[in-house]
Amino acid sequence: MLEAIAGRLLIAVPTVLLVSVIVFALQLLLPADPALALAGEERDPVAIAQIRALHHLDRPIPVRHLLRLAGLVRGDLGTSLETGLPVAELIASELPVTIELALLAMLVALAIGIPAGVAAAVRKGGTIDAAANPVALAGISIPNFWLGIVLIPLVSVRWNLLPASGYTSPFEAPVRILQTTIVPAFVLGTGIAAVMMRHTRNAMLTVLRQDYVRTARAMGPTERRVVGRHALRNALLPVVTLGTLELGTLLSGAVLTEQVFTIPGFGELVVDAVFTRDYPVVQGVVLCAGLGFVLMSLLADLLYVVLNPRLRT
Amino acid sequence: MATALAHAEPEPAPSLRLGRRLARNRLTLLGGTVVLLFVLVALFAPFLAPFDPIESNWLAVRKPPFTTFWLGTDELGRDILSRLIWGDRAWLLAGVLPVAIAVVVGVPFGILAAYVRGWVDALIGRLTEALLACPFLILAIALAAFPGPSLGNATIAIGISATPIFVRLARGQTMAVLAEDHVLGARAVGCPHRWIVLVYVLPNIAAPILVQATLAIAGAIIAEASLYFLGLGQQPPAPSWGSMLNTAKNFMSQAPRMSVSPGLAIGLVVPAFDLLGDGLRDALDPRES
Repeated sequence: MLEAIAGRLLIAVPTVLLVSVIVFALQLLLPADPALALAGEERDPVAIAQIRALHHLDRPIPVRHLLRLAGLVRGDLGTSLETGLPVAELIASELPVTIELALLAMLVALAIGIPAGVAAAVRKGGTIDAAANPVALAGISIPNFWLGIVLIPLVSVRWNLLPASGYTSPFEAPVRILQTTIVPAFVLGTGIAAVMMRHTRNAMLTVLRQDYVRTARAMGPTERRVVGRHALRNALLPVVTLGTLELGTLLSGAVLTEQVFTIPGFGELVVDAVFTRDYPVVQGVVLCAGLGFVLMSLLADLLYVVLNPRLRT
Repeated sequence: MATALAHAEPEPAPSLRLGRRLARNRLTLLGGTVVLLFVLVALFAPFLAPFDPIESNWLAVRKPPFTTFWLGTDELGRDILSRLIWGDRAWLLAGVLPVAIAVVVGVPFGILAAYVRGWVDALIGRLTEALLACPFLILAIALAAFPGPSLGNATIAIGISATPIFVRLARGQTMAVLAEDHVLGARAVGCPHRWIVLVYVLPNIAAPILVQATLAIAGAIIAEASLYFLGLGQQPPAPSWGSMLNTAKNFMSQAPRMSVSPGLAIGLVVPAFDLLGDGLRDALDPRES
């Protein structure tokens, strides 16, 4: 098992390196000389030359990239042009908010998607199964930000249930935080719940047809035990693999959800940075998102090993 | 022997068979009809829109629907129906063009990787993986942000973000085709590479790519709406569903209906493409017949 993990880690390294190349290459898309962009109103050639030297813009592109990689290893993502703060610091302060939102959303997705998928598969052709397909299609097709926009007045204004926006740190008020995050998490989670439901239903249908399930049934336990203990555990394997593909959706969705509910997270950081032309921040966020995705894929692989005893030897 | 069999059982032309199989599935038919309808509306937007989508009318700000203005007006007194109709054009461009870019860029790279193998394959594979590792929307935001927000840049950004899937798909499909006996034969007798790709590979991988493209359009529409919603696409006052939703967000307590029609339009078109893609997949899969 250790070998498998080590192998997986080794494959992740070139991916992360290439992500950094892509992120770095984004700078080449700038319509103007980045030094001029950095200088802003200042058109003094000496100042521009200084900026050029400071950001190594006078060096060849591969050298520039190596210098940045070296900084990256030290945890240096550059400085924000807008605030002058280190990008790594900015990201570190916003990241917990997004992680919390994403985790809650994933919980919502799993809590809705898996039971619904199991219910649809166990009673194939029944009411739940018939309703599941159109509901899942709607869940996938409705942009989550639209759901958010529509839910804000309903939840906060009409039902007077939850504060529509704003963020509280989990350390200050744990109950309030659940209140403020549960609606955004629900909005973000529904689309993924729909995908999870589809995967779970398909996997369950395949597993329930297997011989060992029939054997398990023949031994006379309750149907609940057959489904829960024998079928679901095996059906979850492909769900984990396919669910990993949704991690990117989760991160992208978080950007939009944060924007709708004005939650000060990762997403807001990058959108604000785009409008203030704070390129180092944009690059830092993309890099972090890429790293996060690779890391989460690794975790999902590990989970797969935990779930599948055959891979443990 | 193949010709003898064909004579024994006369079959309709493949395209006719495909059409029949597509039509047999009612959901596919529904999806196809909705897509066609939206395409027609986009084509005839100038004739269908009752008002100018951009001109503001200060005497008719945020009017309710079912008056002179069927769907009401927005915060600048612009007719929502007209903006919806013209916005239909924007999505047609921003939904279809990125996918076209993704196919045109992705498929040749995928074929190249499968055909040449070796380090070229490894490089393309790793690059695809790295692109897939950057979350779709965040990459699109960054791609649209660096050259500056505009319709063209948003289109290219969505196109690039959608490319890796086509590279992977084309590579996998090409590998399968290249392993087939008739292709091995063609290579053995010395057919030029160009000929093999054009005559053997492309026609055989076209079906799954068409299916993926249909599904990718659904994804591109959502991505487009998302980018516009963030203000990174078509710049105001040009109408697009995403930017309409962005504006509607600010008026949710006074005029929640402003968000309903663009949301519904997206909610109709996206599943329609999904259904069409699913139907195409079933119809093109020989095992389903």
